[in-house]
Amino acid sequence: MSTKDHLDVLEAEAIGILRETTAEMAKPVLLYSIGKDSQVLLHLARKAFHPAALPFPLLHVDTTWKFREMIAFRDAFAARHGLQLLVHTNEAAVREGINPIDSSSQKYTTAMKTQALLQALALHGFDAAFGGARRDEEKSRAKERVFSFRDRLGQWEPRRQRPELWNLWNGRVDEGESMRVFPLSNWTELDVWHYVRRESIPVVPLYFAKVRPVVARNGTLIMVDDERLRLRLGERIEARRVRFRTLGCYPLSGALLSDAATVDDVIAEMSASRVSERQGRLIDHDEEGSMESKKREGYF
Amino acid sequence: MNAPFPLGAHSDALCVQPLSAKTTELVRVVVVGSVDDGKSSLIGRLLYECDGLYDDQIACIRKRSVDGVLDFSLFTDGLLAEREQGITIDVAYRYFSTRERKVIVADTPGHVQYTRNMATGASTADAVVILVDARLGVLAQTRRHAFIAALLGIPHVAVAINKIDLVDDAHAVFARLSAEVRAFTSALGFRSAQAFPVSALRGDNIVHPSPQTPWHDGATILSWLNALPLRAGVDDAPLRFAVQAVLRPTLDYRGYAGTVSAGTVRPGDDVLVMPSGLRTEVAAIDTFDGPKDAVRAPAAVVLRLRDDVDVARGDMIASIERPPQRRSSFDADLVWFGDAPLLTGHRYLLKHTTRRVSAHVEVLRHRYDLETLGTEPASSLAQNDIGRVRLVCSRPLVVDPYTVDRSTGAFILIDRHSNDTVAAGMIAALDDEERDSSWRSDVEAHERSARLGHRGLVFLVDDEGAGRALERRLFDEGAHTALCDDVDDAAVLAGAGLVAVLVARGAQRRCAGREALEQRGVSVVDEDAGWRPR
Ligand SMILES: Nc1nc2c(ncn2[C@@H]2O[C@H](COP(=O)(O)OP(=O)(O)OP(=O)(O)O)[C@@H](O)[C@H]2O)c(=O)[nH]1
Ligand SMILES: [Mg+2]
Repeated sequence: MSTKDHLDVLEAEAIGILRETTAEMAKPVLLYSIGKDSQVLLHLARKAFHPAALPFPLLHVDTTWKFREMIAFRDAFAARHGLQLLVHTNEAAVREGINPIDSSSQKYTTAMKTQALLQALALHGFDAAFGGARRDEEKSRAKERVFSFRDRLGQWEPRRQRPELWNLWNGRVDEGESMRVFPLSNWTELDVWHYVRRESIPVVPLYFAKVRPVVARNGTLIMVDDERLRLRLGERIEARRVRFRTLGCYPLSGALLSDAATVDDVIAEMSASRVSERQGRLIDHDEEGSMESKKREGYF
Repeated sequence: MNAPFPLGAHSDALCVQPLSAKTTELVRVVVVGSVDDGKSSLIGRLLYECDGLYDDQIACIRKRSVDGVLDFSLFTDGLLAEREQGITIDVAYRYFSTRERKVIVADTPGHVQYTRNMATGASTADAVVILVDARLGVLAQTRRHAFIAALLGIPHVAVAINKIDLVDDAHAVFARLSAEVRAFTSALGFRSAQAFPVSALRGDNIVHPSPQTPWHDGATILSWLNALPLRAGVDDAPLRFAVQAVLRPTLDYRGYAGTVSAGTVRPGDDVLVMPSGLRTEVAAIDTFDGPKDAVRAPAAVVLRLRDDVDVARGDMIASIERPPQRRSSFDADLVWFGDAPLLTGHRYLLKHTTRRVSAHVEVLRHRYDLETLGTEPASSLAQNDIGRVRLVCSRPLVVDPYTVDRSTGAFILIDRHSNDTVAAGMIAALDDEERDSSWRSDVEAHERSARLGHRGLVFLVDDEGAGRALERRLFDEGAHTALCDDVDDAAVLAGAGLVAVLVARGAQRRCAGREALEQRGVSVVDEDAGWRPR
């Protein structure tokens, strides 16, 4: 009985955060993006309230450009576990024709992710939104509190964050203001995978290598998930053995050439990797500080 | 301002992420010290040499470097304002693994204006690295940070005399400064202290022993981190379990969700439910993965109890042999963060474990003088001041002294108007007896209503104007009234038989207020319900 594994410590911390938020906030929601972090977060949430049901719904902000396999996984998983799933899309932006292929990535992200999220939170009156973001993902995330205060416009003000001591979370907000709550703040990407293995958490098969149709574009392999990805002159579809390290909108997610077909393979491959997971996310490449600006505007 | 760094050898053999499922302990370390002493650079160096950085992250910093040399502070200074000003503003958390341990390192700002952010990073730390610039020696901020680290109960300290590349007789400077700092840290009562001559610029004695310091014993910041004794005494601590929620998924299941924050618990253990003081037995420890035979801190579980005792959120399930204490007033040290100074007598919200009460400072006993480590009389605490106070709470808390148990000895104060966290509090040694027991009354509710002509209750209204108008009307109609904006106050007033008008802005707050009051058996009436005193 001397040492306690770090995953047990992280698990206890995250469950404590999930329960505390639910007790202190009027109307929480779990932002469910279908990725590995969301799966871990959801697993922890189920643990936190077992044997009772989840005391909050899940919200998926659907850009309409997610991989088809993600949507299928989402629906099957929610149905199997009887989860209350809300799906929200910025319909006005869809009608305007904003899309990840022709629109600038900044315009696309603002409309389909940031605005869509803010619309959904306002629509349902949620005052706390759980997210699976981790501090090891990016430098401005590394600065964010577990309970991250957002003003009436959903904006983050990094220079005025509340002090956050011990695990005494301060979730006090006035009407219209809200909290983003990050139970996985102290987890790393590798912790997430070790936990997926330890707990046998199901994840979207796109994380594992398989032969898939891809096209090389701007030095990145993009999977051709449906006919909306029109081939440009000189491009051709190739069948390559690939997997994804992070999942999002398929035209913006770079595939990795890989043979890692199991969780163990993924962990081994990642332990040897010299590049960060952001590398495959095309929207994060824009500028140094782009994540900070997006978050100031209300992005997750 | 930012001196460039030459690029050191990038070792990949030394500390790799563990692939096996072997137990890896978590260590939380915080790096503190005065502005520009090199905290961010030291952490950048540590990450770099421990393979805690990816190539694209390094490439990104290299793009910003002059003549191919890296500025290591840029790995943690992640906000735009920080990069523009060349200082750290808020705490950054970074992660890396050694063979034995997973390390969370908090990089804190040295600037006095951001002391609250330093305290944020330090509150959960197991160990602290105090940086001192070899040229400048111990500064006021060095002392403030050391003091706060000691107050927060961080047991182990490493004193890093940095920038030894910039001084002529590094050995003599190191000997002099480390003696000075260690005199200071031993007065503060750290359990262990060790000094290191380092250079974040050259990488001396951070991960690799430096050939430049043959007079040093070869210990490095990393070897110190790996050797820290972490869980000494943790396992035989008495049980502390703050109830976060009552789970009632079916009519015949009642479980208490919470975290074992100290000690161990097993089914069959006799336990105390506080503050009621009822004794019962743990019937089962439930988890998603099935029932458990024993769990030890930290573990988030659900406890079921043998007897049908009344347990609510905010209560504590604890060891009978070494119980915590029930107190509604106690002495505590406060680190003040608020923009506005501490006001004695003013009502703040106090959050302790899973309990939230209203509290005020009755007496400000003294302020600490960080130069002399002595105390001085004071009439208030300004931002970044630290002082000893007497606090009085509207309801009793279940506490231990902070030095005995962080989880039951720590609290925060919240300003009820700005909602900001204005102070961190650490409960001091407790007086022998609970002084005030006025919350337990021998006068029965029916005796009060017989005299006053109505029973005690609470009206919930949305804003102050409406509250004032309603109280006026009720008073004119003959009721004994009071106006307040705090749920705890409202409960006390209604308990005394009065008609309390509670101003709770916003539907969410009203809803939460109603629930909290009803849980405590207080009747709540909506403004328009047409109630009249008889
Ligand atoms: N020569 C030399 N310069 C150093 C060393 N360590 C840090 N510096 C320089 O000192 C300056 C301040 O370094 P930072 O790492 O930003 O200091 P800091 O303690 O994080 O500062 P704040 O976070 O703002 O309190 C920078 O210009 C660094 O390049 C060192 O060992 N030797
Ligand atoms: Mg710094």
